[in-house]
Amino acid sequence: MPEMIDQIFVLLKHWIMGYVPSGLQPLCSAILSVLPVLVVFPLLFAITTVLERKGLGRMQNRYGPNRAGPWGILQPVADGVKSLTKEDVVPRSADQLVHLMAPILIVIASFLVYSVVPVGRNMVVADLNAGVLFFFAIGSMVELAVFMAGWSSRSKYSLLGAMRAIAQMISYEMPMVLSGVVAIMAAGSLSTVTIVNMQAGYTGIWPHWYLFTPWGITGYILFMIAATAESNRCPFDMPEGESEIIAGYFIEYSGFKFALFFVAEYLGMMASSAMAITLFLGGWAAPFSFLTWIPSWFWFFAKLILMLMVFIWIRGTLPRLRMDQLMNFGWKFMLPLSLINILSAGLWHYLPSGFTRWSVISLLLLLSCFLLSRSLRRNKWFQERTYRFAS
Amino acid sequence: MTLSFLLLAAIAILGAAAAMNLKNAVHCVLALTLGMAGLAALYLQLGAQFVGLTQLLVYVGAVAILAVFAIMLTRSRTGETVAHGSASSRISGALTALLVFAVLAWAIFTGISPQQLSGAQPEASVREVGVALMQRFVLPLEIIGVLLTAALIGAGVLAIEEKGGDR
Amino acid sequence: MLGNGIIKGLAETARNFFGSYVDKERLTTVQFPEERLPQIEGTRDFPFLVYDGDDWEKGLRCVSCHICEKECPPKCIFIEKSKDKKPDAVGKLQFYPVRFDIDVSVCMSCQICVEVCPFDAIKMDVEFELSSDDRFGGLLHHKDKLAKSNEYYHKIHPTEAAAVDAALAEDREKEKEKQKQAAAAAAAAAAAKAAAAANPPPAAETNTDASSKEETK
Ligand code: SF4
Ligand code: SF4
Repeated sequence: MPEMIDQIFVLLKHWIMGYVPSGLQPLCSAILSVLPVLVVFPLLFAITTVLERKGLGRMQNRYGPNRAGPWGILQPVADGVKSLTKEDVVPRSADQLVHLMAPILIVIASFLVYSVVPVGRNMVVADLNAGVLFFFAIGSMVELAVFMAGWSSRSKYSLLGAMRAIAQMISYEMPMVLSGVVAIMAAGSLSTVTIVNMQAGYTGIWPHWYLFTPWGITGYILFMIAATAESNRCPFDMPEGESEIIAGYFIEYSGFKFALFFVAEYLGMMASSAMAITLFLGGWAAPFSFLTWIPSWFWFFAKLILMLMVFIWIRGTLPRLRMDQLMNFGWKFMLPLSLINILSAGLWHYLPSGFTRWSVISLLLLLSCFLLSRSLRRNKWFQERTYRFAS
Repeated sequence: MTLSFLLLAAIAILGAAAAMNLKNAVHCVLALTLGMAGLAALYLQLGAQFVGLTQLLVYVGAVAILAVFAIMLTRSRTGETVAHGSASSRISGALTALLVFAVLAWAIFTGISPQQLSGAQPEASVREVGVALMQRFVLPLEIIGVLLTAALIGAGVLAIEEKGGDR
Repeated sequence: MLGNGIIKGLAETARNFFGSYVDKERLTTVQFPEERLPQIEGTRDFPFLVYDGDDWEKGLRCVSCHICEKECPPKCIFIEKSKDKKPDAVGKLQFYPVRFDIDVSVCMSCQICVEVCPFDAIKMDVEFELSSDDRFGGLLHHKDKLAKSNEYYHKIHPTEAAAVDAALAEDREKEKEKQKQAAAAAAAAAAAKAAAAANPPPAAETNTDASSKEETK
């Protein structure tokens, strides 16, 4: 029975496919795989916006939205209606075609990424044998869309925002890929499905997630930091920087196109979380061996929502970085540490398993983290300011 | 010659042609990116996932971004149009294109014909690409790596000197 | 160590988050349309016209002198003066505004109109929920909407209204006094005249005599 519930969506698809004439089978199968992604993740996006606004409110000792529907849960519906009915203003001097293409491209890219994410046992749209590479390749399309949006608007603010966004995304894409590499090394495959399958075993009650290794947790943290920067979330939201460049690259967008950028940002955040779950948190695998009777897709979405909550928590806590801090952190801390992390993952493979390998690798990583953070701190170009007449 | 092949080839060629003919530099880069993406899709259609996705990652993700970034940083807002070369540069360009085409045509015609291959399809999986790079082609790989590093350092040195050396 | 501050900050926000569910003290938000804070006496936003007595049309203190119209910085007051005069609250004949409009979408709540009105006829209101679905007409308030009783004024700004009333009463008292004096003076003058009319010649004569005498001197 648990297997039945676990596979219910797969069985449902097979059952429907049974009624489809054989000529239409490939097309119908594709639609049946893609449609749930196009429904579930936007729905999750809607839930996340409410969660975020209410959570942030509570962190600031406010109520958050509580008017639309009971406890404000209908807020996303109201937001959607609002953005759909708003006027769509395009600047006269904008590059019309590019201006139109940018939001479309960004949303397409954000959706494409989900095709390689295994959301449950046997539940993945496309099991590519270079799935992780696909994720990063499509992710880089987002950068192009951001540039198109910023450049085509012919506004100084949006151009500034685009430049910031691209500089930031280039700088953090590398640590993101390199921190993901350790999981690929451990699994020996670029296929997301294989990576999750490798983590789905148990020792006693403990799972084989890569998170529970020194390089795994380092890689996970690095990946999450880079993912935050990639999706332009606080504290890396300089491309949007409301207080200085208003909304950055999508300042000249209004109405539904603006909403598309908003959707893309959240979809990107969820995609990064999903990828982090796949690479380090065992994908759909249950956290303890005695919990495997709960369906796999439940575990995936539970982890996803947990990760989103962490994102919200971070956003509610940290202030925005400065551009030079961002660059220093990316190039002088994240990048070297992710390289060292790859090295330690390789060492881990060759050291005899047991306490020694744990302590050696942990020591190596902690030491390098400590030294790198020290060099980050020492490198201060700005003197402490003293105010003669203040106070 | 399936329909999808024709479509993707058309996208790639259109992108490349547009990249040569458009007036606006940024449009050129975007069209070039489209061509590159079409090429990547062609690789994917042939089943070479690793090559296709790497093409996408490198050309769309890195090269195109680098190009637009350079344009944004250097070009003034008004002078965005590209001058489409003089007659001499056109002739030399045509000559280069002809030469490249000749080399490619020669390679294709003297190579193994697809009929001979039809039996066993070579599996270009990620693992095999990696093994080939790390064993048979390890020396070229390392040389390219050193070359690129040298180029990177050189670019950095140039950039620092331009600033006047301090900081 | 890198990240100390981040962890501290995260702990703080977490404390806020859970605290807001446990500790009602933290949530200081007033759920506006259902709950309201008590009004502060100094509250003021848009002007209204004060009237005395029960009939708003008769009791309007405004005499249509156009001072506020001229002084209003954004020029959002529009007044049309009457041709005839009507008795006001105390029975004196005065002009009155046939039209008195204030465009509250333009009004910037500066209170200058109140400061300059010599008749204490215009005062600041506390009513702020003025939104209307008629973008142009709904925000142009006419005389009937602007007129509010003196009692209402006492309710919203008790101290100020009392002071105004006292001042007005004093003014009216003085006015009456003056009137009385004037009346008395007039009466005296009239009496003198009457007296003079009764026996004018001698006085006149003496006068003329004296003058003629002086002239002759
Ligand atoms: S409050 Fe100021 S702006 Fe408003 S009507 Fe009076 S003078 Fe005009
Ligand atoms: S409100 Fe006062 S200042 Fe304005 S017209 Fe009436 S009496 Fe004059």
